[in-house]
Amino acid sequence: MMGRSVSFVRRLGASVVDGIWRLGFATRFMVLLLVYSGQSFRRLHLTIREIYFSGVLSLLIIIVSGLFVGMVLGLQGYETLQRFGSGDALGVLVALSLTRELGPVVAGLLFASRAGSAVTAEIGLMKTTEQLKAMDMMAVSPIARVVAPRFWGGVISMPFLAAIFSTMGVVGGWLIGVVFIGVDAGAFWSQMQAAVDFRYDVLNGVIKSVVFGVAVSLIAVFEGYDCTPTAEGVSRAITRTVVSSALAILALDFVLTSFMFRG
Amino acid sequence: MSRTTLDLWVGLFVLIGAAALLFLSLRVGNLSSANFAETYPIRVQFDNIGGLKVRAPVKSAGVVVGRVSDIRLDIESYRAQVIMDLDKRFEFPRDTVASILTSGLLGEQYIGLDAGADDEMLKGGDGLPIGQSAVVLEKLIGQFMFNKAAE
Repeated sequence: MMGRSVSFVRRLGASVVDGIWRLGFATRFMVLLLVYSGQSFRRLHLTIREIYFSGVLSLLIIIVSGLFVGMVLGLQGYETLQRFGSGDALGVLVALSLTRELGPVVAGLLFASRAGSAVTAEIGLMKTTEQLKAMDMMAVSPIARVVAPRFWGGVISMPFLAAIFSTMGVVGGWLIGVVFIGVDAGAFWSQMQAAVDFRYDVLNGVIKSVVFGVAVSLIAVFEGYDCTPTAEGVSRAITRTVVSSALAILALDFVLTSFMFRG
Repeated sequence: MSRTTLDLWVGLFVLIGAAALLFLSLRVGNLSSANFAETYPIRVQFDNIGGLKVRAPVKSAGVVVGRVSDIRLDIESYRAQVIMDLDKRFEFPRDTVASILTSGLLGEQYIGLDAGADDEMLKGGDGLPIGQSAVVLEKLIGQFMFNKAAE
């Protein structure tokens, strides 16, 4: 009995120490990443390559899901709005919910599962096959050569992807609302333009997507770099990337929203 | 994949992203219509501002000429002090009347400016005479009931 409770306390202590150690390691890792960024920017094609892999190759999923999210918003929004006789306000509903929330958040979640997981897998496998160590032996910093370009590729891609998502969503809402249901096109656009403010809505959405891009990319490269160098360790790291990115995006979204849109 | 194709794709991606941002700010947002390059502040006091909010539009003859930038309670007169930023391109006479109006039955509230006939124009920092307050529905109903009871 006594022995069991002592071992429980010991395990608790070990997990707390481990958690704090990981947090400290992640912070040191981030500082190193920023320090080596200058070095990796001098070889810009590395970063451009990563923009291709995490940005360009995510385009299709972002465009298609943006279109569908917008179309669903159009259908559901019109269904509810027309009960109050304000079907004309459909454009406002679609545009505001996309630019403020859905664009950055859903694009961030898709980005984490499409590009973040790939980055973790790549870095994790490099670590498992000791490619990172080999680089170190050749006096090439793996953070400057492998990690920093992947981080910046994600950070740069994310705002563009979120903007594309929101745009496709608005187009989807327009398609359903104006083309299929028959909301007046003039009212759709003019009410939207009257209600959506550039600085308050659009710019805040862009800021959100930049923050999510930093969070997701950092989690992805860190989990890859930190993974246990086995096949199982890599698969766990990928799972952790997707789960903690999703949690980080939703939690950060709440914090940012409470600062940005206080009414 | 060769480097030139890679560069081409990334360039295309950035272009599409920039076009999407441009679409959001110009077509969805109101950057093109409500971007007042230079503005001047005008003060006006109201007995009751109803549901007027900061960033509400200021309209003259239905045309947006500015936005409400600040609302606070003047502790000396216990009136609402509203500061609005008007576009430099539009000048108004000193005896302009400001009133709080509602667009539509359930729409948002805005400030309407009715230009006066004074020769002198308003300058930045000037104050208008007390504006016409918002119509508060409860008061209107109360007045109606009172009148009915008096008949």
